[in-house]
This record gives sequence, C-alpha cells and structure tokens, in this order.
Amino acid sequence: MFKIVDKQELAENIIEYTVDAPDVARHHHAGQFCIIRVHSHCERIPLSIAETDPQAGTITLVVQIAGHSTKELAQLEVGDAILDVVGPLGRPTRIGSPKRAVFVGGGVGVPAGNLMAREMKQAGAQVLGIIGFRTKDLVIYEDKLRAATDELIVTTDDGSYGYHGLVTEPLQQQLEAGESYDLVITVGPVVMMRAVAEVTRPYGIHTIASLNPIMVDGTGMCGACRVTVGGETKFACVDGPEFDAHQVDFPELALRLEMYGDEEIRAHEAGPHECRLEQSLNESG
Amino acid sequence: MDAKERMKLEPVPMPELEVSERLSSFAEVNLGYSEQDTQAEAERCLQCKKAPCREGCPVDVDIPGFIALIREGSYAEAGLKIKRTNVFPAICGRVCPQERQCQERCVLAKRGKAINIGYLERFVGNYLIAHPEEQINAAPATGKRVAVVGSGPAGLAAAGDLAKLGHQVTVFEALHRPGGVLVYGIPEFRLPNITVDNELETLRRLGVEIRTNVVVGRTLTIADLREEMGFAAIFLGLGAGAPIFLGIEGENLPGVMSANEFLTRVNLMRAFDEDYDTPVQRGRNVTVIGGGNVAMDSSRCALRLGADSVTLLYRRTRAEMPARVEEVRHAEEEGVIFELLVAPTRFLGEEGHLTAVECLRMELGEPDESGRRRPIPLPGSEFIVATDQAIIAIGARVNPSARLVMPGMEQDDGGHIIVDRETLMTNIPGVFSGGDVVAGEETVIRALSDGRKAAQAIDNYLRSK
Repeated sequence: MFKIVDKQELAENIIEYTVDAPDVARHHHAGQFCIIRVHSHCERIPLSIAETDPQAGTITLVVQIAGHSTKELAQLEVGDAILDVVGPLGRPTRIGSPKRAVFVGGGVGVPAGNLMAREMKQAGAQVLGIIGFRTKDLVIYEDKLRAATDELIVTTDDGSYGYHGLVTEPLQQQLEAGESYDLVITVGPVVMMRAVAEVTRPYGIHTIASLNPIMVDGTGMCGACRVTVGGETKFACVDGPEFDAHQVDFPELALRLEMYGDEEIRAHEAGPHECRLEQSLNESG
Repeated sequence: MDAKERMKLEPVPMPELEVSERLSSFAEVNLGYSEQDTQAEAERCLQCKKAPCREGCPVDVDIPGFIALIREGSYAEAGLKIKRTNVFPAICGRVCPQERQCQERCVLAKRGKAINIGYLERFVGNYLIAHPEEQINAAPATGKRVAVVGSGPAGLAAAGDLAKLGHQVTVFEALHRPGGVLVYGIPEFRLPNITVDNELETLRRLGVEIRTNVVVGRTLTIADLREEMGFAAIFLGLGAGAPIFLGIEGENLPGVMSANEFLTRVNLMRAFDEDYDTPVQRGRNVTVIGGGNVAMDSSRCALRLGADSVTLLYRRTRAEMPARVEEVRHAEEEGVIFELLVAPTRFLGEEGHLTAVECLRMELGEPDESGRRRPIPLPGSEFIVATDQAIIAIGARVNPSARLVMPGMEQDDGGHIIVDRETLMTNIPGVFSGGDVVAGEETVIRALSDGRKAAQAIDNYLRSK
C-alpha cells in the first residue's frame, strides 16, 4: 500500500498526488514512469512522475481524471493509499550535454518536463520551455517550469492566457529567427509531438519524444506498447518511453492508442484544434 | 492382487466439465479424481522395483512410494512424500506434460495404459491444500537472509526449499500478484489462480516473505539487496517472459497481439470477469499462431470470451505440436479449428484494424536441431484467412531488460544467464540463477527442478562462508 500524503486539484479534472513510495523516489530519474493500480479490480495505469523527494520518500503524480480508473483514483484523499505503485520503469532521459535545449510540453504532459528541464540545466544547458494548454483554466505547472527553465513561453489555444496559438508556433519562430538548439524534448498528445518533430526536422535538431502507448505490465512482457521507430519495432516500456521523434511512426502510435477506446489515454489528446493540426500534417505528407 | 490382475484394470478417466458447459465460463475443465477414482487408479500401479517412472521425472518424485501411501489411504503422507522433492504437487499435477515424462516411462505405457500419475498427484496436492496443518517443518533458523528475484516456478521452488533449510527468504515480484507465468499465463480453466495462491500460502507458513511491485534493477538494485538489506545470497528466477513476434508486415496493426498480452489481460487482470475493469479485445473470428500450450490456452480463452470461430495456425503437423496432449484434445473438443502446415506471411488491415492474415502452406522436410521435421514453404500457395484478432503464441525469450538486473553478470547473446552447471552460481559470487532465464523456454517442472537445485547450492554456499 502506498499512502497519499498530499492531494491538490491543479485544474478541473487534473489532480496532483504526492505518494509515499520510497524505493521509487530513491531510484527515479527524469523520463522514467511508474504504473499504479488503485484497487484490486482496477487496471494498471502508467503515469509519468512530476517530482520526487528521495529524503521524504515521496513521488508526485499528475493525473487527468477521464476514464473509469482515474475517476476511482480521484475518490482517494490524503491518508488513503494506492494499492500498487511500481517503478521507476523505462529508461531515464538521455540528455547528453546540450548547450541550448527546449522542452515542449502539452496538457498533462507538462509536469513530466519539470524534472527533464531541471536535468537539462544541470547538464549545463540553457533551457527554453514552451508549454501549451487549451485554455487559461487548464494551465498547470507554470511556476515549476518557470523555475526549472531559463525562459518559459506559455501558449493557449484560445488565447485566454499567454501566446495565442499552438506550442509549435513559438518554436518555429525561434528557429526561423536563427536561434540554434541542440536538443528538443517533447511530451504531450501524439499529434503535438508529431508536429514538434516536423518543425525541428528541417533544422536537424536532435528531438526526443516521450511516448504514452497502451501498456499492461510495463516491464517488457506483453508487447502492447510496441511502437515503430526507424522501421524497427520497439517496446516503449523498456526500450523507451523516449525515442528519436524524427524516427517514430506517430500515425501508428495514434492508431494503437485507440485500440481499447482507452479513455485514460484518449484524454491526453487535448482539444479539437488537433484535428486541424493533424489534417495539415497529413496534407504536407 | 497380483501384477496380472492389476494389469487387467482399466485406467480411470479424469472427470471433465461437459464441453457445452465449458465455453460459458472459465471454470476448471478437469474436475479432479474422487477418492474412489484415486483408489481405483492407484490400485493399478505395479510398484516396480526399478520404477522407470521416476527417471522420467525431472525432480525424481518417489512415484511408487506416494502411490503406495495413497493405497493405504495416507493422503497427507503421500502429499508430503511428493513435497520432499516437488513443492507444488497441486500445480504440477495439473500442468506437467506427464505423457512425455513419468507416464511415458511407465511400464504400462506400452499398452496405452500408463498410470495417470499426474491425476493422482493432483489429488494429494489438493488434499494438502485442504489440510494445511500437514506441513513439512522448517529446519532451525540459520539467521541467513536470501533474496529470490521472480516469483515464477523456479523462484518459488527455490524459496520453498531455502525456507525448509532454515533460511530467511524474501521473494521479489515485479507484478502486483506473485506466481509468474502460473498466474499471468496459465488460464483458470487449467490452473485456477486460487490453487497458486494456496501453494503460496504454504510458502508463507514456512516463513517466506513475498514483496510485489519490485522490479529488481529498477525499484531496488542488487547492491541494495546485498549491502543495505543484508541478503547473503540471491537467486534470480527471472523467467523467459518477453514475447517473440513474427516480424512480418502488418504485425503492429490493432487486432494483432502477443499471447502474453492477451493471457495477461485475461488471467492476471481477469478481463473475463465483469467485476474487473480490464479491457480485452473479444474478436469474432480469432486466429492463434503457434502449437504449444500457450497457443492452446489463447485459443480456448478466445472461445470463452465469445469468439464465433477460433482457428489455430501451426506450421507443422499435430504430431510435432509441443502442447500437452490433453490440451490439444480439449481445444479440439471445444471447437478450435486446426489449420496445420501453414505459416502467416503478412497481416492485412482496413481502416486501421486487422481484417485478414495471409498464409503460406508448408510441407515437412528433414528434422531440424529441435529434432522435429522442418517446415518448408510451398511457393505460390498463398491464401487468406479472414480474422479480426490474431494472437501470436510462437514462444518467449529472456526479457532484454534482464541485463539491467545485475551489471557485469555474464549472459549469452540470447540474454540467458550463464551459470556454473553444478552450483547454478553466476560469475557474481553469491548470485545464483535457474529456470527459463538460464535454460530458455521450458516446462514448469524443469524450472522447479532448477529452483531446488539452486536452493541446495545456496545452502552449501551459505554454510561454507
């Protein structure tokens, strides 16, 4: 049993839980994830980790309440316990030693950038953060990302806060203005990550996408999370979850995410604007 | 009764659930011998002095010995006699391929009347579960702590024997429920998870602690186990749990999945039970690729989940199928269609979902390294099988992430951990391994045998220190 020590509602249907999981907290690195089970009849839910406190033995999870299982999770309060937490799973982010790096996050993908941006800075990089949301009320982790980066751009689709538009637009503008970057990491809806990859591709910037396919065990046992990267099948749970975004077959990933009509994962695909974005991507081939 | 009279007795068939009742539930198909059945079957044993059956058993169970105790009505003693060499009679009685082991060597096998040793073992295994007070006691505590990584058959066998030898054992399991392949792989109708839980309970009574949700190498490292937690020896029973795919076109289409995924959803995550939230695809026309127990299990699960048809595609003939004879028979009785001598060449989809699999007909050539005749494709024999769900059950290999468990440990190109044949010790002193992660995909009983052997070696190691 993994005790909940803090619970914050960050936005409508977005809850941040801080959970007592000392072994996970101690061994976690940016980019890794965990799998939880709320109760004995529940699905296994993969979640990225937004913060760890090895001293206190806690991890912080940001959850979008969408499907049946996350609705059950939302019932839990401080003092209650999550039945199962296993992690850290997957490979840590391979940051290398970039000079100038960008984190591009969307929706509930943003909190994962907290630790990534911090690690990029520790590796000596100057870090730009671009984080996007549908609307002002859904903006989360702005302060944390501001602290973790050197410069932060917040975008909203409806212009209610920050830059009016998609995350790819400020990124494109930076690159067109001649700003040079040697690493871009993106976490968010599939269509956003794909768009980010297309923006950086002509510039040859090493771009990493953290993928969120359907998983069962999360330890390389079932293959539900297989993705095609550079023409090869990889298991996101053990070979990833981060891959070279220029090599990922995003349309296949999107297709596979729909397989169980999985509410949890579909919830990550934010607003209607993405259909527009997807359309333009498909047209541009 | 003399031998001649015993030889005239007919084998007692296993009572089975009616085929019509099987498909609407996941209830166990083999209902188990009654006491009367058990006595009648035990009566047939010739009590051979040389006991060739024992030579067929990977853990050398004293088969005539336990059958003699059954005849006396001493079921607990019979069970404990098995337990001396095999910690899990209720499991092995259900899943061992007896027809290729003990029963194949039975002197009555030549007449097609081998003693149903597995059914007898199952009876006394169940008897012990129902009478938990009948237990082998642990030796006095040695004060030594041993970590067992992986709670499949190899790990559990090692844990059981180590506990009996007086060591303090903790088993670490990555999933939320212990049992390994016994709970995620083998379906309820063949091995109910409650049977595994009962056997785990006997281990707990021996003092074995089981910790779930620990991926060793990630959640805890070997260094944590040794230095911080004080484990004096470690047994790695990691299994061969990574699914093998065909590597053909269209394999990542939704609708195509590994047997591991399908069976894990159904067995471990209990997708068949509506009280559970687990989603699983319920295909209408399902194809299963493979000819082993996992292929039979997948086929039979798909039928129970409501498939209109289940077609099993296998590239050799029935004679080469690695599955237990009983599973093949049950699958056929339940309506699985066998398409033999065929191999899939690509998966076809429409609107982003599987619609068909293209196959090629095969013929058998010369025997290959496995001793089975090699399938050879017949050029131009392509044909299409319409299907909306394809389950790939062509085998499993060592999980590549096993390399993370212990940096510096020697593994071969296939990831198999290299151990000393006698001691099962790896190149890292005090770290031992056995089961499928060493030998490749094998049977439950082989893994149990390795676990036992490792337990003995670990005991020697700890006592020599």
